[in-house]
Amino acid sequence: MEILVCVKRVPMVGGTIVVTADGQDVDTKMSGFAMSPHEECAVEEAIRLTERLGGRVSVLTLGPPAAAEQLRDALALGAGRAVLLATDGREWGPIATTAAIVAEARRQADAGQGYDLLLLGNEAADTGDYQVGVRVAHALGWPVVTGIKGIETDGGTVRARREYRGREELFEFALPAVITVKEGINLPRYPSLPGRLRAKRAVIEEHEPQWQPEGLRKQGLRVPEGERKRANVLGTGPDAVPALVGVLAELGVLP
Amino acid sequence: MNDTPARASAVIIGAGIVGNSLACHLARLGWRDLVLVDKGPMPNPGGSTGHASNFIFPIEYSKMMMELTRDSTEQYEGLGVFTRSGGIEVARTEERMAELRRRCSAARAWGIPAQQVSPGEVRKLVPYLDEAVILGGAHFPTVGVVDSLRAGTLMREEAEGSGALRVLAGAEVLGIEVDESGPRRVRAVRTDQGEIATDTCVVACGVWSPRVAAMAGARLPLTPIVHQMISVGPVPLFAGTTGEIAYPIVRDVDTNMYERQHGGDMEVGSYAHRPMIVSPGDIPSIAESALSPTELPFTADDFDPQLAQALELMPELLGDERVGIRYAINGLISMTPDGHPLLGETPEVKGLWSAAASWIKEGPGCGRVVAEWMTGQVPAVDVHEADIARFYPSQRTAAHVQARAREGFNKMYGIVHPAEQWESGRPVRVSPFYHRERELGAVFFETAGWERPHWYACNEVLLDRYAGRLMPREAEWEARWWSPVINAEHLAMRDSGGLVDLSAFAVFDITGPAALATMQSLAVAQLDVAPGRVVYTSLLDERGGFKADLTVMRLGASHFRVVTGGATGMAEKKWFTDHLPADGTAALADLTSAWTTLGLWGPRARQIMQAVSDDDFSHSGFPFGSCREVEAAGITVLASRISYVGELGWELYVPMEQGARLWDALWDAGRPHGLVPVGMGVYGTTGRLEKGYRAFGNELTADYNLAEAGMMRPRVKEHPFAGKDAYLTQREDPPAAVLCTLTVDDHRSARGELRYMLGGEPILSAGGERLVDALGRPSYVTSAGSGPSTGKHLLMAYLPAGDARPGARLGVEYFGERYPVTVAVAGATPLFDPQNERIRS
Amino acid sequence: MTVLCLVELDGDGAADASLRALTFARDLAGGADLAAVLFGAAAEVPAQALAEYGVTSAYVTGPGRLAGYAPLAWARVLAGLAEQTGASAVLAAGTDHGHEVMAHLGALTGHPVAANCVSAAPAGDGDWRLVRQRWAGLLLEDAVLSAPVALLTVATDTVPPQPAASPASLAVHVHEPDLAEEDLAVGATETAGQAGGASLATARVVVGGGRGVGGPDGFAALEELAALLGGVVGVSRVVTSEGWRPHSQQVGQTGTKITPELYLACGISGAIQHIAGCASAKHIIAVNKDPGAPILAHAEYAVIGDLHQVIPALVAAIRDRGGGAAR
Repeated sequence: MEILVCVKRVPMVGGTIVVTADGQDVDTKMSGFAMSPHEECAVEEAIRLTERLGGRVSVLTLGPPAAAEQLRDALALGAGRAVLLATDGREWGPIATTAAIVAEARRQADAGQGYDLLLLGNEAADTGDYQVGVRVAHALGWPVVTGIKGIETDGGTVRARREYRGREELFEFALPAVITVKEGINLPRYPSLPGRLRAKRAVIEEHEPQWQPEGLRKQGLRVPEGERKRANVLGTGPDAVPALVGVLAELGVLP
Repeated sequence: MNDTPARASAVIIGAGIVGNSLACHLARLGWRDLVLVDKGPMPNPGGSTGHASNFIFPIEYSKMMMELTRDSTEQYEGLGVFTRSGGIEVARTEERMAELRRRCSAARAWGIPAQQVSPGEVRKLVPYLDEAVILGGAHFPTVGVVDSLRAGTLMREEAEGSGALRVLAGAEVLGIEVDESGPRRVRAVRTDQGEIATDTCVVACGVWSPRVAAMAGARLPLTPIVHQMISVGPVPLFAGTTGEIAYPIVRDVDTNMYERQHGGDMEVGSYAHRPMIVSPGDIPSIAESALSPTELPFTADDFDPQLAQALELMPELLGDERVGIRYAINGLISMTPDGHPLLGETPEVKGLWSAAASWIKEGPGCGRVVAEWMTGQVPAVDVHEADIARFYPSQRTAAHVQARAREGFNKMYGIVHPAEQWESGRPVRVSPFYHRERELGAVFFETAGWERPHWYACNEVLLDRYAGRLMPREAEWEARWWSPVINAEHLAMRDSGGLVDLSAFAVFDITGPAALATMQSLAVAQLDVAPGRVVYTSLLDERGGFKADLTVMRLGASHFRVVTGGATGMAEKKWFTDHLPADGTAALADLTSAWTTLGLWGPRARQIMQAVSDDDFSHSGFPFGSCREVEAAGITVLASRISYVGELGWELYVPMEQGARLWDALWDAGRPHGLVPVGMGVYGTTGRLEKGYRAFGNELTADYNLAEAGMMRPRVKEHPFAGKDAYLTQREDPPAAVLCTLTVDDHRSARGELRYMLGGEPILSAGGERLVDALGRPSYVTSAGSGPSTGKHLLMAYLPAGDARPGARLGVEYFGERYPVTVAVAGATPLFDPQNERIRS
Repeated sequence: MTVLCLVELDGDGAADASLRALTFARDLAGGADLAAVLFGAAAEVPAQALAEYGVTSAYVTGPGRLAGYAPLAWARVLAGLAEQTGASAVLAAGTDHGHEVMAHLGALTGHPVAANCVSAAPAGDGDWRLVRQRWAGLLLEDAVLSAPVALLTVATDTVPPQPAASPASLAVHVHEPDLAEEDLAVGATETAGQAGGASLATARVVVGGGRGVGGPDGFAALEELAALLGGVVGVSRVVTSEGWRPHSQQVGQTGTKITPELYLACGISGAIQHIAGCASAKHIIAVNKDPGAPILAHAEYAVIGDLHQVIPALVAAIRDRGGGAAR
């Protein structure tokens, strides 16, 4: 089974996100980078599928040359091949990103190594566009589901599960297909030392896709104004319980 | 939640291991109304303590660091948070094998259990280590791990429980208010939860310390630097072990790494990667941090070479594909230009104390020492090498601190020669003779930022003349940072004369109506002498230990000039400043950068002086121990007849800009007399050792006293002085140890090489037992070097009173081997020219 | 010019998130027609609620061939209705379904989609000035959207549901779309599961547990308290990555966003990823040993103490109180 996992390099943020002085980006001077959490799970899921069914996991990212770090992270976990769609660092919208991914999928198909399954995260942690997977599926003419938290497949058809409003939704369709997954589908493994060293030696395939402008254009980023509260301390330890009960009563949440 | 107290006896900033320890010890010493502030949450506010690997190797070459570590370990044991695991340093190279022998000898000097072990023995202790990779190891069975967060919590809670301490967590210090009406002094600490009035503030906030101290206008020469660490697991082998650690910690020192079990995981840490300096201003806030402000994102590329090396050492355990890298950080730690902590009151601001740059292994000890210091006691450990006041301004610049931190980082586990010189941040301070010296082929060593010639290549021409008396060194280790030219210079000086650049001296003038009283209250020696006298004296702490060792010229009724070593000059300046009368009737002026000094010594010194000056330099006209202004080479020179090398001669003080003229005049006048330039190799070692002259920091430390050093004067002056009561008692009691000069009887090693000790080695009984005096102090070599005029390699050491007999046969351990030595002198009598005829000729 | 808004059904009525989306859509319509698009039986249309929210037309599709949720088919219906009504904008709530359907609509039309908007207004020349969430709401993006039809999802935790000043008169249209087989290729079979995620998203009271709970066994007391208050338990990311509780209970950026009346955060330090999920709670009370924990900067009230002591005492006190009232 040939699986392509699309991952995105995003900053690791702490309790506060700092925006650069020009208001255009997240200040990453002291932050590291990682792939989006959903995508970590996508990589893990792909590796598990190939461990069971055979085949190969390719991992792809669209980003600056430094995004090779995230590809190597995936290689260390067990991905077998990595593709960097190198950009000059500017932000790519969902439509341009879709085109770049589709081009890669077609390249592989033309080479006789077409993918059976494309896995993406449900949404990127940073831009949160919620649409690239679906757009890619449309372009390829493949079925797609998003937000998936369980995948079963025999290599021919897929049963994909997710939760929605307290119910489980089950989708069944044939491969090839696109699935976007959510954190919780699995607990990703950690890279082993030998894995990390293999990843370091691996050669990363590189292509340079063409950027294109889109209808949705960022003007600037800002941190929402939130009131920093200083909590009213009701007391210490169990002694505070009467006061706490009083507040709960006031809020009208007591039985 | 505004329960910020309005005032405090002291505000401690930083609730890491040091701040908590300090609060606890201050409370134990009786201070009340203490406040501990940290912007982070308890018990882990997010500093370096929170991500420390928490293991302690007791072995250090520095006695101070060893003692701080030992005290800290005892404190951790007392708190019940120490787990002994044992530790092993493994060697991959022959050079490292030798180094491990040296380390075991150092351990022996301090009484630390240590043993050389074979690869097979290492494998028995650490079954997952591939013995084929190593040549051997050194086993330190008392190595252990601590729970530093718990230790901090227990100490903090003890102080809180005794009612002495209030803790403000989540309170950020915004400013330290300083009273500037007189000498700058702490007035208050301003936090985002209110202002606290206080006259004492301690900066104990690790990597943030420079930022916080700067709020009061003080500079702490410290830089945050990255130390990479990963934690891998779950390790199947560890699943069956109980507790945090069951296997010894391994230091793979040749790769600058360590591997340490932590529960089910193995932590692998590295000092091998490129030095990554972080400016204190760039440390992210707690809110901005993904983990904590001092756990920066891991940069995997930097660590990859180490992965391969770790894998090589522990292939089965770390090569297990099921074992994953579960945690990986670029942890921030503190580094200083010389690797020592920053302790004590800052020289810039009264009441602003530093307790920074202390790691887990010495944290509780540093807390205790600073608490003792703050409460007016003499600290239990002599920490003058960690005194925050030790730095000159040029050593506190960001550029210097970062350059030295960068250079020192990869030496953390390095094989560092005792005389090893820094490469970075040089040259900074150069004398007026610097260019002359370079032309003469000077090999410069650095002290206190000064470039000082250690020997001169131009003197290689003397090697033939003195062949046979040069005590050449066969072993590369001792030949490193040394040259036989030093010994040739020594002999040439004794034969004719030597010219010595002494520009690194620190020079202070104490003036004013109370100058005499101030000097008298600090110095052991009588300073109420006639103007024109030079007095060599010690300064003591209240326990009678050595605080300084210097010379004082009385230039006038109310005018004293203090001349002291460059290395300790700044700390001593603070000591004098702190003891000036509050009413301003005595003042200190630092003339270090105004005056330069040349030393001229040797049998021809008088003729040479007479050739450049019409003044009277005869023995009666310019007696020993006197000083006066003379005219020489057309300039005014302050000449002082004393000697640290045991020869006739003078120290010549001139304003900096006139130094070169004096050098040239003496050079021209001296050459016909056989004058040679002489470096610090002679002045600091060979010359003084032959004369039994003691050096501050080597022999003269806070642990020993005048009686033991053999420096008691016949009478004690009437005037009270610091340490006088202790000194009077010491004079009465028989000394527990006596400072002796020893000679090495046979230098031949088992391999047939001639070996020469360099200092720090343990002195053993004839039977090979460690020598420890009645006060528990071990005997070790305080200074070592050639005595070319005596034909002997000389060692100084304090010996237990019973062993301090001339002719006593003892041993010294060096690189794991024992060499026979004989006590040549017990006490201060010079080995060379015992009657001091040369000085008084 | 019409504004279309997908309205999801939840139980007997419109989903809370859809009411928020309708509120947003009504502002955007600025007096023009506001049309709701629903999937289900005509009888299920919450006509009164829609009218109260200012909806003038409701298009209801199914159940016929569209028995369950089929994202592509839903998008096809929206596309058809947009064309039919000449819609200037099509909106959906920023839910899993909303995002998925709008992504399909974007792909079908080739238009851009702006996800998780918190405000939008026409900016002339057919452009729209938007503010949308990034980083799950930790950042806001000011953006300009140029598209023949604005395709937007509405953040579920920012715009409060607000009925119109006066109810509209609603016309319900049963819509019978022309759907191709492939539009229905991917459709959901639903099973009534006990996933818990939904009740977490809409619960009135959430009792949160974090690292301070200490392990899987520590949640019994929180469950008991949640049951007493008619709420559910939510957890922080560390709790699920330690495997103490299932991911479906995770509150935060990569878990569920909650909007309860009360969030009682126990032993949760308050990493921003967690705050992203709970910041829309009306009231937050923190129980934490550490008075410096970041959660306190987001909480209205706090009890400083060990949750293992405070929560059982609270449970006992509430039980006593209930008992007293009964007597």
